Amino acid sequence: MTDVLDGPTDAGELVIPSVDVAPEDGAVGWRHRHLLDVDDLSIDDIDLVMRTADAMREVLARPIAKVPALRGRNVTILFYEASTRTRVSFEVAAKNLSADVVNVAAATSSVSKGESLVDTVRTLEALGAQMLVMRHSVSGAPYLAAEVFNGSVLNGGDGWHAHPTQALLDLYTMRSRLGSLAGRKVVILGDVLHSRVARSNIWTLTAAGADLWLCGPSTLLRGFEAWARHGVAGSRRFHVTSSVDEALRDAAVVMALRIQRERMASGLLPSLREYAARYGLTSARLATARPEALVMHPGPMNEGVEIAADVAAGAQSVITDQVTNGVAIRMALLYLLAGAAR
Amino acid sequence: MTGRRIMTADEIRRATIRLSHEIVEKQAGTSGLLLIGIQRRGVPLARRIAEAIAENESVDIAVGALDITFYRDDLSLVAQQPVVKGTDLPFGIDGRTIVLVDDVLYTGRTIRAAMDALVDFGRPQAIRLAVLVDRGHRELPIRADHVGKNVPTSREEIVRVHLEEIDGEDGVDIERVVESRRAVEPVA
Repeated sequence: MTDVLDGPTDAGELVIPSVDVAPEDGAVGWRHRHLLDVDDLSIDDIDLVMRTADAMREVLARPIAKVPALRGRNVTILFYEASTRTRVSFEVAAKNLSADVVNVAAATSSVSKGESLVDTVRTLEALGAQMLVMRHSVSGAPYLAAEVFNGSVLNGGDGWHAHPTQALLDLYTMRSRLGSLAGRKVVILGDVLHSRVARSNIWTLTAAGADLWLCGPSTLLRGFEAWARHGVAGSRRFHVTSSVDEALRDAAVVMALRIQRERMASGLLPSLREYAARYGLTSARLATARPEALVMHPGPMNEGVEIAADVAAGAQSVITDQVTNGVAIRMALLYLLAGAAR
Repeated sequence: MTGRRIMTADEIRRATIRLSHEIVEKQAGTSGLLLIGIQRRGVPLARRIAEAIAENESVDIAVGALDITFYRDDLSLVAQQPVVKGTDLPFGIDGRTIVLVDDVLYTGRTIRAAMDALVDFGRPQAIRLAVLVDRGHRELPIRADHVGKNVPTSREEIVRVHLEEIDGEDGVDIERVVESRRAVEPVA
């Protein structure tokens, strides 16, 4: 690369970083200011996130896993729902990029005194927030925040609606193990109804050309049959079934979802025991998938319910890969969005 | 916009061979030497220098690739993030003599970023700099140890290095920017 780091030559002049840059050394072509869901990302956008995550994996492998790319940037993490891995993952990602991280736990903030979301966002912005990572139990809450916030909003999960960083790290994990997903059978097994992870994964996996199967008790698949009938985003490779045998047969990836007891209205499941017996991912069931099939879970797991402990810790499990890749993906997204956030 | 050729393929080849001799001479041998090319065109240049050293000294020098994107000092100024091309340093750098290789030395900011990146990987014994073209206009107290060709330029000119491995041909051109410095598309 030639010298591309020239600052402005005269005060007040429009900033021209360099005239010495060949096109392929140029800008990434990322146009999004917020990451609210994956449904507004193009295939090229998704590929760019994956390629940038590759570079972040290399950073993570360094003796000092820290680069100054976001130095001086304020990343504020506002979580209205309990979380360990997503919140910590975002925090680690932001710190690896040298950002200043501010953590706000809604339970111990003025939110508990009745402050509205909009007021909280405005207050955090006045306190210096430039990138806002947000989780909220109400679907769409990050969209409201994005309307009033002048920086970037990253959705860390909203209600049943979307969990874009999870879907991107899931896709990244599958691609780094399997290469292209075109035509590969990917099964999402379990509580699809309450799952923002599933809803975001449906977009990325169909976009990646996977043969996508949703499986679970029919009470937890309500509404998705229509998607299967009409296809998703032009893909007809989208199936919904309550038969575990049909779903798992020759699957290349099996992603078990947590039974979300906190969101479970009564009557959807007879009992957790019955669910575990009929839909739990056991080694016997996994044996009907392809021999090298990947086992995934977005966490946190209820071991013995949706997934057996030996399967979660087994040779085919890439669950810890998902966690590591999550940091790389979130670093990539923070980096890309930071370009549009000023 | 057509440019004026200031180095032909033959001249690039000879300059690369001379650089390889200078590097070995300065180090008084090849012991402890590592070549690290700065993405993108520094990388094939570093490989070529390593090949020339292998030919003359019968020693294989390890070659790495360094991406300085995350260390740029203008990340908060550009409108869009630059493409990350990746770092690959398949060796430890502690106590070694690193020769950074780049195609064009201009403001020196890329080299500043490269040195910041390198020290995150360890503590080299020395860091040296070899460039194919030095076009002047330094903005930092940085100079090259080994220069293929010194080219006086004005700031309104662009020096374009083409390398077979990336561009399909070898050659260095100098161009004058005619339009208003392409000011609307930073880094594009």
